This record gives sequence, C-alpha cells and structure tokens, in this order.
Amino acid sequence: MTPLLTVDNLRVTFPRATGPSTPVDGVSFSIDRGERVALVGESGSGKSLTCLALLRLIPHPGVIAAGSSIRLDGTDVMTLEGEALRAIRGGRIGLVFQDPMTSLNPVLTVGYQVQEAVTAHRSMSRAEARDRTVALLEEVGIPDPADRAGAYPHQLSGGLRQRIMIAIALAGEPDLLVADEPTTALDVTIQAQILELLDRIRTRRNMAVLLITHDLGVVAGRTDRVMVMYAGQLIETAPTPRLFAAPAHPYTQALLQSMPRLTGPLNRLASIGGSVPEPTAWPSGCRFHPRCARRIGPCAAEVPPWREAGPAQEGRCWLIEGQAP
Amino acid sequence: MTSGALLEVADLVKHFPQGGGLFRSPRVVHALNGLSLTVAPKETLALVGESGSGKTTAGRALLRLLDPDAGTVRFDGVDVLAADRKTLKGLRRRMQIVFQDPYGSLDPRMTVGASVAEGIEIHRLAQGPEIRARVERLLGEVGLEPAAADKYPHQFSGGQRQRIGIARALAVDPEFVVLDEPVSALDVSVQAQVLNLLLDLQRDRGLSYLFIAHDLAVVRQMAHRIAVMYYGRIVEQGSRDDVLERPRHPYTRALLSAVPEPDPETQRVRIVLPGDPPSPTTPPPGCPFASRCYHSARDRRCDTERPELRSVGATLVACHHAETA
Repeated sequence: MTPLLTVDNLRVTFPRATGPSTPVDGVSFSIDRGERVALVGESGSGKSLTCLALLRLIPHPGVIAAGSSIRLDGTDVMTLEGEALRAIRGGRIGLVFQDPMTSLNPVLTVGYQVQEAVTAHRSMSRAEARDRTVALLEEVGIPDPADRAGAYPHQLSGGLRQRIMIAIALAGEPDLLVADEPTTALDVTIQAQILELLDRIRTRRNMAVLLITHDLGVVAGRTDRVMVMYAGQLIETAPTPRLFAAPAHPYTQALLQSMPRLTGPLNRLASIGGSVPEPTAWPSGCRFHPRCARRIGPCAAEVPPWREAGPAQEGRCWLIEGQAP
Repeated sequence: MTSGALLEVADLVKHFPQGGGLFRSPRVVHALNGLSLTVAPKETLALVGESGSGKTTAGRALLRLLDPDAGTVRFDGVDVLAADRKTLKGLRRRMQIVFQDPYGSLDPRMTVGASVAEGIEIHRLAQGPEIRARVERLLGEVGLEPAAADKYPHQFSGGQRQRIGIARALAVDPEFVVLDEPVSALDVSVQAQVLNLLLDLQRDRGLSYLFIAHDLAVVRQMAHRIAVMYYGRIVEQGSRDDVLERPRHPYTRALLSAVPEPDPETQRVRIVLPGDPPSPTTPPPGCPFASRCYHSARDRRCDTERPELRSVGATLVACHHAETA
C-alpha cells in the first residue's frame, strides 16, 4: 500500500541580505492512512514551517526550494495551482492552529465560519449546509450546537474556540488532519478534553493525524510514531513506545532526561547546555554537536548519515551503527 | 498561623470591575476570594492553578504591585498593606519578583547592565565602579558572561533573558522572591537549566520562593509545599508528597491525571473534566468546583454551601466530601 503522504527532501528557504537561510533543510517522511504521527521539536526547529509547506502556505518571502517533493495520494502537490490546490487546503488536508483567537474572525459568528468551510469544498443547499454545520459542532462536543452557532468567538472559552477550529478543519472531510500545537495555549484540564476529542474523531473517521508539538508528554500514548526535529532536520523517527524506551539520538535522550516528571525518582534535572541554534547559522557537521554530551571525532565536521537504529527506528547520528535504511 | 513564617497572607480579596458604562454598572471579576498562605524562611511554596484561578493576582497583591480590597499581608512581622512609602521601599528590597515573559519584562532600550543595576542604585547598595563589579558578579551567578552587561535584551535567547530577569531580582539581595511562571515560556531543554539555577540560588542565598505555576511536574521539582488554587481560593494545601501522592480534592486529582507524562508505559486513570470553570463574574453560591465535579458523594450541599479549607488526613482540603474516596 502506498503511503497517504510522502515528503521527500523538503527544503524551505528565506532570502536574506547575507545569503539565504534554510529553516527546513532536507526533511523526508511518509504518513500512512489512518496513522497517528507526531512531529516533535523545540521552537526554531522548523516543525511549523514543515507543516505549512504541506499545504504550500509558506509565508512570503519564503519559498519551497526546487527539488522538494510532496505527494498526497499520488498527486504531486508541488505542481498544483488554483482550484486543485484549494481542494487540498482545508479539503484533503485539514489544519488546526495553536491559537484559535487569532485564527477565527472576531466579527463573524462561529456558525458562519464553520458553514463557510462546509460550502468551500462542496456545493449544497443552504438548509443542508446549516444542518451539516450543526452536525459538525455536535461532533466536536459543542453543547447546544444550534444555539451556539450564533455566538461570536469572544463569547466562547478557549477550549470551545479550539473545538470550533477543529470543526472547521473537519468540514472538508480531510484524509489528513494537521494539528500544530493544538493544546499549547490551553489549560491542562482543557488540553485533556481536546486531546481526547481528537482521538475520538480520528478513530471514528479513520483519518491520519500529524500532531506537531514541543511536548513529548502529549505524544506518549496518543500517537503511533514520533519524528523528532532539530535545527531544520529530522534527527530520529521511531514507533512511539520505542522512542521512549530506547531513544537512539543523544538529543532525544537529553530531551527526555531534561523533562520534569510526576512519578519516579526525584533527581536534579539533566539539562542540555546552550540554546537552539538560529537558521541563519546552523552548526557544521551534526547540528546538535555543540550541545551534545556524547560527541566524538567526526561530529563537528561531517554530517552524520541517516541510519537504521532499531526496529522501525532510524536516526542521524555517528553513534548509531546500523545500515542505511 | 504558624509562628516563624517569613510571609503570612490572610483572607486576601481582590475584585476587579469590568466593563460598565453610563447606564450600566460594571460587572465584578472575583480574582481572589479570601486567600491565606504562609511561606517559611528558605522554603518554596508552590501556588498551582489554571488560568483565571487567581494565582498571578495573588503574587502581585502580596507585593502590593496592586492593591487588594481586603485581607492582610505580613512580611517578617511588618504589615505590607499598611506600610508607608518609606517602609514599602524597604520591603521592596527584601521582596522581589521574576516575571513569566522574559521578552516583555526587560526594557528593550536599556543595556542589561543598566537593568540589573537599577535596583542597586535605587536602594544605594553600591557606589561608582562598585556598581559595575556587583552587576558582573550577579551575571556570573546566573551563568552569564560579564560582557553581557553591555548588550541589549534582544541580543539574548529566551533562557538567557530569564537569567537576566533573575539577576535583576537578586541585585538587591532579597530574602523572598515571587517566581511567576518563570519557565513556562521556555523550551524544554532550556527549562531544566533555569530550574536548576533557581534551586542553586535558593541553596546558596537561603531564599524563600513563592513559585507560581500551572505545571505540576515542574512544581514537584521545585516545591516543599504545594497550594492548589481554584476560583480565587486554595482548595488543597500540604507537603509536596502529600498533595502529589495522596490528593483528596477532586480537582487536584483531575489536575494530576491531566498532566501529560512522557512515558507511554505509565498506566494512569485519566479524569477528563467536563466544561470550563465558572465565570469569574458570577460566583456560584456553593463549591466553585461543583459544576465540573465527578465525586461520587457530590450532593445538594455542594451547590448551596461553600466548603471551607479544613484538615483532612495529611492535607488541608476545601471539599465537603474529602473523607470519602
């Protein structure tokens, strides 16, 4: 079976006076139908730009570099224009952003905005569109959906606003839902509600989900596979339980050790020295080498190859001794 | 109240008028509804709550950065709320605050050195070249180079800026520091560095902290005692281990179960609370948590009578049914 989405050598560049910067630099991965994949990284890792690139929504003056390939179900997304591109944006790929307050239009009712998304991809009668809107609001757990459709965004809580965003993303019956930090702006008890909702909807609709987050805690137990991104590149990918049990890359290892936990022994946190590099000055060789506690001879000068580290686990590090996948 | 406490807060109330106009009286936001707490010398009390729980207002009110409507605050026996200008200035040298946002809390037009020196000059703690020496020593203490003094805030990363904020608070040799979500704006890999720094400074300087946070895993790392806030009041309070391992209030239990743990093996019961906290402008007559409560013993009394904080088992709990598991 061919994957639903295949991304190959994705590069995003921004022109600068001192030469172009490349915040996303050679990212390749694929997602199967119905699969739950997480893309994990810190701020500046390039994870959000990667997800915008899937929809060709890179903000000006950035561009997706030539040689990048994005294929959705056999369709070459890079060559699409006009209607065909629009059918993907919010149609076959739905998108949920972090901050529902800035993504929703404050002067239109939430019902209007969901209905707009419903009719954007299919023509139907007004009554049918209204019914469909109320059904979507109900699906995302809005109480009194017919009534709440008339509310403006500011009249709803942060959790309900994020549910509206999810309803909009579902309106086009997507095969892939991309959720970019969907719960970062929310309180933990509301975060739990939204994550549970996403789980439920995915199971019912059997769509694939790409969850983009900085929080490894959100990923555990809710995804099938994790991809870890650092400084514009993927540095490790593994089935979720495997990533937590036996992380292969020193960055993944350090990230897990630096996270405070609620259970287990209480020790001083291991911290990673320094800070995340800027896209204008990626370090040479392995991009993590200046902060890596386990670096060896070739790390500073030579780019490590992408290698197999375990069952369905691959990574980019000189310490990984496996074969090229 | 415990004798020997450095800080004693009793029945603190703060309401904010909101909206209103010529023919409409303003609504009242109930931010603090009778908050009492103590902090002992060299101790960290964590004030935990979600947005709108009143934890930030509490931190500001006890430093008199805003004026509470009622209640008392005593610092080392001195009445903070009744203090005159001169007394207050003396208190402000001994009580400091570090803010959440290291971007917004430093003056972008002042060099880091000038920002850190400000308090030293106001309180005349050093003169002439001694000021610079003291600034450089402080920067060293928080892990920055002396040369940082001549740079501007925008030249630093988020983690470094938070270190500057800490140096600025410590410049006047305080005994007590309010830490208002000091790491929640930072990346995971940098968060651990700052938490370790705060622990080292507490040990070396004998500081007392009021650590305001929403992340219970972070709180576990930092606190000796924990107070959980909901709707402007403490609902559970006790030692770190008692609150985290033997919580009695249904809200504390739900909050703990909602923390995303970076370990797929941990099998925990997930309690997903329905709905949102009640509106801060319309306080419910009974228990403010009643509208979301899942406790099996929940009854009519919860809707009509507000539970007071009382001793049950090892912690103080504000729940009518704290004895029933």
